[in-house]
Amino acid sequence: MARKIKVLVAKPGLDGHDRGAKVIARALRDAGMEVIYTGLRQTPEQIVQTALQEDVDVVAMSILSGAHNHLFPRVMELMRQNKLDDVLVIGGGVIPEDDIPGLKAAGIAAIFTPGTPTSTTIEFIKANLKRSLE
Amino acid sequence: MSDSKELQAMLSAYDAEVEKSLAKYPERKKQFTTGSNAPIKRLYTPVDIENLDYARDLGVPGSYPFTRGVQNTMYRGKFWTMRQYAGFSTAEESNKRYKYLLEQGTTGLSVAFDLPTQIGYDSDHPLSQGEVGKVGVAIDSLADMEVLFDGIPLDKVSTSMTINAPASVLLAMYIAVAEKQGVSPDKLNGTIQNDILKEYVARGTYIFPPEPSMRLITNIFEYCSKHVPNWNTISISGYHIREAGATAAQEVAFTLADGIAYVDAAIKAGLDVDEFAPRLSFFFNAHNDLFEEVAKFRAARRLWAKIMKERFKAKNPKSWMLRFHTQTGGSTLTAQQPDNNIVRVAIQALAAVLGGTQSLHTNSRDEALALPTEESVRIALRTQQIIAYESGVTETIDPLAGSYYVESLTNRIEDEAAAYIQKIDDLGGAVKAIEQGYIQQEIQDSAYAYQMDVESKNRVVVGMNMFQIEEAPPKGLLKVDPSVGERQTARLKELKSKRNNDSVTASLAALEKAAKGTDNLMPFILDAVKSYATLGEICDTLRSVFGEYQQKVIL
Repeated sequence: MARKIKVLVAKPGLDGHDRGAKVIARALRDAGMEVIYTGLRQTPEQIVQTALQEDVDVVAMSILSGAHNHLFPRVMELMRQNKLDDVLVIGGGVIPEDDIPGLKAAGIAAIFTPGTPTSTTIEFIKANLKRSLE
Repeated sequence: MSDSKELQAMLSAYDAEVEKSLAKYPERKKQFTTGSNAPIKRLYTPVDIENLDYARDLGVPGSYPFTRGVQNTMYRGKFWTMRQYAGFSTAEESNKRYKYLLEQGTTGLSVAFDLPTQIGYDSDHPLSQGEVGKVGVAIDSLADMEVLFDGIPLDKVSTSMTINAPASVLLAMYIAVAEKQGVSPDKLNGTIQNDILKEYVARGTYIFPPEPSMRLITNIFEYCSKHVPNWNTISISGYHIREAGATAAQEVAFTLADGIAYVDAAIKAGLDVDEFAPRLSFFFNAHNDLFEEVAKFRAARRLWAKIMKERFKAKNPKSWMLRFHTQTGGSTLTAQQPDNNIVRVAIQALAAVLGGTQSLHTNSRDEALALPTEESVRIALRTQQIIAYESGVTETIDPLAGSYYVESLTNRIEDEAAAYIQKIDDLGGAVKAIEQGYIQQEIQDSAYAYQMDVESKNRVVVGMNMFQIEEAPPKGLLKVDPSVGERQTARLKELKSKRNNDSVTASLAALEKAAKGTDNLMPFILDAVKSYATLGEICDTLRSVFGEYQQKVIL
């Protein structure tokens, strides 16, 4: 039997808007995934450290402070340094359309903006996993 | 009463007729519910409010239990304060936006600080990277605050500052700027949010653990009652609790439970309830369900009046009054077809006015996308002005009173909130309930239920899960200059080389000593601020004594 998909839901940056992060964490769990949520104000270093220690398949980051252009690429840089290239990284929050191409170029596989149904995110994760579940 | 008999007969006949037509024409839904998922009946009649005692439950405006409003003439005297929350980038940029808003007819300022400021970090702190000037203005020291209020006479405007964990520091800076303008503290009008408990459950900008945080708050109550008597020393906030997913009744319940905790703490610190309670103020949300929101404001006023009079035995009628600011609901706005948000905001603002708010912020249409542009902010302000000057709803007080539906909703929300408060009392009060994660869990359950309702289209959000269109990405969003961080860092460097560093060190050492003891910390913080110690230096001094709060993560 295939194992469960393991997801780290993380909030980089200083904002406290965790409604989205918590709703998505619960929706992923209800969809049968194993979910770790580490709370507010996680530095890129802490996020990558947790991803490494917990051996996750997916890192899903949520940010609503406007610091995404700084923090998301920084997480990707550390992911690469730690050879976590087979981890799917996605992001969500109040992120202007203009910023999305740059974030994707930095290695974020998808950005989900307000109004995205949780089912869309769930399907995206299932379809784009980089690791085998065998 | 024959009236009642006739009414019963009439209603039975009506029910029978409805049954017949339902067989042919079923209603749109099996169950009708409010925005907060409470059941709604087909029809409300005198039967639904037969226990309502006018004098006891509603009374007259300006008198206990204040259900109909806190002033006796309400908006016939003067309109609510139109107060738009604003601030971004540097103090210079924000100062320009405030002057623009004042020219456009806002009647009070509302300062948004960036996240590093709200969490007590200077702009050059590693954790501040990428955050400086983003969600509000960056303030590192008194020097920035002087620029922020340059040319704005502080004895003429009232200023609300959304600042919590470091509220004492920003209040001290405001007092110091006023002194430089020749305005004494007793002439100052305004509000600091200063509500740490909702930071732990919903907003997230905490620094210190609950106990020293409550001390800082009661220190402010005491200091202001003597020196800044017209200042609203706290804005006990349901806004963020609602945004985090709470229902209307939960918003009232958890806010008033926090209020009870502050009053308890202040009494325990030796203050007399009537000395500080008149300066307590509240901050609520306004969502789309017009009648439920109006009822919520009325229920909150009545319940708080009872709590203050019966539970805390306050004698001064001003201590019984729940005065509140309202902001329309950010989480109700859609990124899709953003102009539709103008209509949502109008409905929400109407609810706030019909509910008797003392001040109001209307959100801008583009806030699900970015910080608002000047044009969007103007439309939001004009929405308030149209309600005030054109709609006519302001010309008589509490016009929805007596509506069978609204009175019945008001009763229901009050009852539901009172039951939650009882439960929180049983857990040992709001601080304990938060430490145990009870309040967070209740809010999250509501948030998740709402999301599932939206996804199943049980709840329709126009433009988002129905009536969608293909849209081009929106143009002309506000962008914060990414070099703000560097500019603030350079300014800090300059400040530290110019100020008298001996007096900074001395004032911080005095603050540290006081923090370890039991003195009121406000005079020490004021001294440090005046010596141009930075916000980060002051908060680090307090961190070294108080430690930092560790969040309880709950899913």
